[in-house]
Amino acid sequence: MTADTVSFRVNGVQHLLALPPETPLLYILRNDLKLKGTRFGCGLGQCGACTVLVDGRSVQSCDVPLWSVAGKSVTTVEGLGGAGRLHPLQQAILDEQAAQCGYCLNGVLMSAAALLAENRHPTEAQIRAGLDRNLCRCGTHARIVRAIQRAAKALAEAGAP
Amino acid sequence: MTAAVPAALPASLAANRRLDRWVRFLPDGTVAVRSGKVELGQGIASALAQIAADELDVAYSRIRMIPADTAESPDEGITAGSMSVEQSGSALRQACAEVRYELLEAAADLLDVHPMDLDVEDGTVRAPTGKTLNYWQLAEKADLGRAADGRARPKSVDSLRLVGRPLPRLDIAAKVSGAAFVHDLELPGMLHGRVVRPPSYRARLVSLVAEPVRAMPGVAALVREGRFLGVVAQREEQAIHAMQALAKHAGWEEQADLPNVEAVPQFLRSARAQTETLCATGGRPADAPSLSACYSRPYLFHGSIGPACAVAWWRDGRLQVWSHSQSIRPLRRDLAIALGVDEESILVHHAEGAGCYGHNGADDAALDAALLARAVPGSPVRVQWMREDEFGWEPLGPAMAAKVEGWLDDSGKLAAWRCELWSNRHIMRPGRDANPNLLAAWHLDRGFEPPAPIDVPFESGGTSHRNIVPKYDIPRLEIVHHVLQDIPLRTSTLRSIGCYLNHFAIESFMDELALSAGVDPVEFRLRHLPDPRERAVIEAAAKKAGWDTLRSAARGNAARGTGIGFGRYKNTAAIAAVIAEVEVAATVRVLRFVAAVDCGRVVNPDGVANQIEGGVVQAASWTLKEQVRFDRTRITSRTWEDYPILSFSEAPAVEVVLIDRPEEPSFGVGEVVAGQTAAAIANAVHDALGVRVRDLPLTRERLVALINGS
Ligand code: FES
Ligand code: FES
Repeated sequence: MTADTVSFRVNGVQHLLALPPETPLLYILRNDLKLKGTRFGCGLGQCGACTVLVDGRSVQSCDVPLWSVAGKSVTTVEGLGGAGRLHPLQQAILDEQAAQCGYCLNGVLMSAAALLAENRHPTEAQIRAGLDRNLCRCGTHARIVRAIQRAAKALAEAGAP
Repeated sequence: MTAAVPAALPASLAANRRLDRWVRFLPDGTVAVRSGKVELGQGIASALAQIAADELDVAYSRIRMIPADTAESPDEGITAGSMSVEQSGSALRQACAEVRYELLEAAADLLDVHPMDLDVEDGTVRAPTGKTLNYWQLAEKADLGRAADGRARPKSVDSLRLVGRPLPRLDIAAKVSGAAFVHDLELPGMLHGRVVRPPSYRARLVSLVAEPVRAMPGVAALVREGRFLGVVAQREEQAIHAMQALAKHAGWEEQADLPNVEAVPQFLRSARAQTETLCATGGRPADAPSLSACYSRPYLFHGSIGPACAVAWWRDGRLQVWSHSQSIRPLRRDLAIALGVDEESILVHHAEGAGCYGHNGADDAALDAALLARAVPGSPVRVQWMREDEFGWEPLGPAMAAKVEGWLDDSGKLAAWRCELWSNRHIMRPGRDANPNLLAAWHLDRGFEPPAPIDVPFESGGTSHRNIVPKYDIPRLEIVHHVLQDIPLRTSTLRSIGCYLNHFAIESFMDELALSAGVDPVEFRLRHLPDPRERAVIEAAAKKAGWDTLRSAARGNAARGTGIGFGRYKNTAAIAAVIAEVEVAATVRVLRFVAAVDCGRVVNPDGVANQIEGGVVQAASWTLKEQVRFDRTRITSRTWEDYPILSFSEAPAVEVVLIDRPEEPSFGVGEVVAGQTAAAIANAVHDALGVRVRDLPLTRERLVALINGS
């Protein structure tokens, strides 16, 4: 594979990378940009640990080749809240203590962010369905769902656009 | 407070007596606390921080839990068996009490008052005169390098301010905002390694063409030692490509030596075994049992979401390893044997991994990384297993089977109980045999043999046979263990070990007996339980769930059912009852769980609830969905598609009732609900459909077959 130059934004910062176009976005985020919050779980698009936003849509970054994000904007968990601030979703995870090992959480957060961007008042069933591409082995599901409900409420009250 | 007669030290402290091994005061105004127990995703570090803060009288936020390593941390063996609060918690409590005592003595000297007259608040010591000194100043004067002597006494229960409160965990913020795990470690010049495993356990490498792979982009080294094959590359995806290419260029000879996955219980019951009688009281009745039934569980994956990972770095003949092992010292010992180096030349750091539910591939990955890094001295190498590696090679939770027979007397009480268990021993951890218990060691030229598994002795709580003896009052008991000698699939300890099957069998059978005696299952259990704490747990669960209403409401409703499971971990530790309410349509769906728990003094109620919720949901996933599949040669469950687990849409809520016993010792809760959960589901399904599932998992196919067969 030869290297092409691809330009894209990550968490608001423009990057220009010369890498083989098939390189999975996951490894670029983790190893080139040192954004370690996006995690490997299966490499097969089955577990959601690597979920990020591309132009606001949630995708599994293990399954996204570099060429496909050319000119696009990627958000990882590090960029979710903006400089040094926790996003209401992150804060809600803390408030609900919705973690055991926490390995699944960053992927879950990105799926939830995409969901709330589309649907500001999701029902519990919609939240659960929205997370069905994310696996949690620790059994933290109910707390995570509660945290997302809490964040949705906080965002609605803050009148977020 | 001190006593004239020193108290016996908690075992972990007796083995690591120096106080400053546990507690140090750092110049930035924080307190560094070391434990030999490691964070596995269970929140233990925060629970220990809470204990330390309380005993020392400093703010919780000042405590820094230092990750364990083989050089500095207290040696507390392995982190397993839900023993961390019991062992490390009590050691830390005593160590902190002695540290506080020393600091107050020093303060009294300097301030010229009696230590009893001093007040402490958040590390600031105040004399009645108003003069103050803080711990960080005093730490320089006090003798914190002394050995613990058991003279200072920890605080009494009623003066604890933090223990018992739902304080937030210390580690979650980092985990939701960036790097947090060994997987995320970044060292200068770090390379990436991947291993090419054989396609099956006993495959022999018969051919290998390595040259084309050596020439691939970024490849820094190829490693072949016996049938251990691996690659090191500059970039992670390059290592993966090289691994895939090398796998294509390797020829293997395999053996069809696995049992039939469709007949695992039959395999277990006919396999070569050594039979041991675990207990026999009162003699076996001469007449036939009132009831008998056979139960089984399949092989299970740990299935952590993050596969095993390690980083290794050889420099000047010394090796450093970062690992999410549960047992860093035993790991170091086995690494030394496998690598043929001195134990002293290895330093193992614990770094957190994804959820750990028993002995998984963490230790194995450490040896993989060490073997690959040896080919590129001076460069750290990070190895992460692929999902397919994890499922192909992690030690499985062993399949087990049990046959239970029960004799009821005329009054509907249990007169006798007999149980036969078929299981291999479970523990295959590193650190205790002349041969290393590390996967790659068995594949090297030197060809170490995998050591035989062991169990904790039955008398000390057991492993495969843990909780095989029912907690109920039964005059005559006979328990027999057929210890399987041949272990065709690699197994080791999985959360709750033998209890998952043993409690499932006992609690399903109790249900069968209750129904045959025409007694309500809750009432039937209570009839055989004299212990007030145990009764209280069942009663609390039944009350919270609304047992009586649910059972009568479900009657006549073929789609709904309610069931209960009860048990006391090791028959001496945490007590738990689980009630499941299910709806059976196309599949079995658990609508709701209630779990009541008595684990003695509760350190952090929210932490306990979190562990219980997770334990119940994970066990529900095992029970409803999970079974490792294989053909006669290979494991065929290699991805999440072949091994589905409970999804967000399927995972029910768990309502937890905690019965706090502040005067009683604390017990761990990580493993105390698995078998109860399985039995509660199966009993609820029976309540709904009148069909009894005795072989797990309780899948739709099994149910349909049972319904059609009956
Ligand atoms: S790692 Fe991408 S979905 Fe599992
Ligand atoms: S919290 Fe461990 S996998 Fe979700």
